[in-house]
Amino acid sequence: MSTTLVSRRPVSRRPARTGAAPSSRSRGKLGPTIVLLIGAFYCLIPIVWVITASSKSRSELFSTFSFIPGSGFLDNLQSLSSYSGGIYWQWALNSLIYAGGGALVSTLVSAGAGYGLAKYRFRGRNFVFTVILAGVMLPQITLAIPQYLLMSKLGLANSYWAVLLPTLINPFGIYLARIYAQASVPDETVEAARIDGASEFRIFRQVALPILVPGLVTVFMLQFIGIWNNFLLPFIMLSDDTKFPLTTGLYLLLNQGTGQPALYSLAIMGALLSIIPLVALMLFLQRYWKLDLISGSLKG
Amino acid sequence: MSSTVSSVRRPDVKVSPKARKGSLQPRVAPWMFVAPALALFMAFLLIPILYAVYLSFTRLKVTTGGAFGARTQVFVGFDNYVLSLSDPELLASLRRLATFGIISVPLTLGLALAFALLLDLPQIRYGRFSRTAIFLPYAVPGVIATLLWGFLYLPSTSPFNYVSRALGLGDINFLGLPGLYGSLANIAVWGGLGFNMIVMYTALRSIPGEIYEAATIDGANEWQVAWRIKIPLMTPALVLTFLFSLIATLQAYGEPQTLKSLTSTISFTFFPLMKVYRDAFGNDDVAGAAATSVVLAIGTLVISLLLLRVLQRRAFGEEK
Repeated sequence: MSTTLVSRRPVSRRPARTGAAPSSRSRGKLGPTIVLLIGAFYCLIPIVWVITASSKSRSELFSTFSFIPGSGFLDNLQSLSSYSGGIYWQWALNSLIYAGGGALVSTLVSAGAGYGLAKYRFRGRNFVFTVILAGVMLPQITLAIPQYLLMSKLGLANSYWAVLLPTLINPFGIYLARIYAQASVPDETVEAARIDGASEFRIFRQVALPILVPGLVTVFMLQFIGIWNNFLLPFIMLSDDTKFPLTTGLYLLLNQGTGQPALYSLAIMGALLSIIPLVALMLFLQRYWKLDLISGSLKG
Repeated sequence: MSSTVSSVRRPDVKVSPKARKGSLQPRVAPWMFVAPALALFMAFLLIPILYAVYLSFTRLKVTTGGAFGARTQVFVGFDNYVLSLSDPELLASLRRLATFGIISVPLTLGLALAFALLLDLPQIRYGRFSRTAIFLPYAVPGVIATLLWGFLYLPSTSPFNYVSRALGLGDINFLGLPGLYGSLANIAVWGGLGFNMIVMYTALRSIPGEIYEAATIDGANEWQVAWRIKIPLMTPALVLTFLFSLIATLQAYGEPQTLKSLTSTISFTFFPLMKVYRDAFGNDDVAGAAATSVVLAIGTLVISLLLLRVLQRRAFGEEK
């Protein structure tokens, strides 16, 4: 399996390609560019729609053409904010707690495990790594139902812990951290620190961790988005809607909207507001991502 | 698997002779680093799995009679598995999932590959914009994506229906059968396209440019370069994205569950996981749900491993 996931190709910075003749270049430019722009347009349709639809008053939503802005943006914002005592903002805060807390701790756990598996040789290392990798393939529901039953036995069901704790272990994050540690932390540096008498933990904290940061940002982001987007776990674990994250909260709004179409405007406004922070975060952190970690083509 | 994992060793992991003798390499320290992950792994992955397996072999039985009789867990062997696998609803839900997957997976990966190859062309314009726009849906949770597309499908709010009505063509039935499969697949394609494209694109970027130069000098055009050089070299990334897409498809839950709010065509047991949820929490049949989910987990693992083996043999035959 490792050959698929980790195989490395010879890596060299690609020189600027100037091979194509000028004539073919001006001819070849247009087609591919247009196809890509169509793809971009397709991906933006729902985003543009939610922006215009969120500005529509209730009657406009069902009567006017979707992509024309309406006049009810502030009204919608206000009714969403006051809906059920401002519960929407509670959901937003909860999402931040689940995703921020879960991603932060799981990144540290992954960093430790990835470093330990990459930089030490010990009996059982391959076994531990293989078992963790198998965890990547487990379907979530196989876990979610017994996790729920066990949490209820501990009296933790329907609490913040029920959603937070299971996200602290992230097998894929451990896998990525190991690859990154293997490629970026030089053995000589670790050895030198050891000869200087530094403790193993200190070597990790002061030598390895700073080098690992770019890779860990990727692990953090992937886990943050994974938790933020998760629906099944909170859906199963929580019954009290003040503990819901945005996904289950908006699901609830939409579900109730079947009987009360008035709630549709709130769900649309809620959807818009919920994607803004993540899109902003993603655009902002784009340059720090090392997604080549995933494709196994890390530049070491 | 373990034998392949050990082959990961890189030249840069070479340990100095002194360390190999074990004089400097500590024995306890690695376990300290791995311990938190192992503890969490056991608590939240291993124990729940074992618990699910245990539950799948038991059933709650009323032992002392009467409506208020004590209920105890009794061992029933493979009864739950027999019931689960012979349930026509499970087979029907698997068939619906397969229909959905056969549309969504090839479309997602095909489009992702096409866009990645186009982005890699030297003469492309607005590449950055397109790349960001196509990646953007990755930041939108599946439930929210379903909500957005759901309104774009819903006859009373859909711009597509607005246009088709204006043209005198009547409503397009996005939420009825058989269009529903396309509608669900579209949500999956929209959400998965960008991530897969980026993984493939980063794989493409790491292929050294000299390889193409030789081919270009030999007179190969971009198509030939893509087919003969780029795609074969991207095989690991393609295998990985295929595997991830397959696992994601088998786990489809949030999207159909959300779209259910807008259409009655989606039943409580539309997809396998919805049925598992209904059994566990709607019908209070935790043991049956556990058996079904164990079957699904084993199925996923077997399919993933078989797939990896077949693809690996074909793609990496020379490495055997």
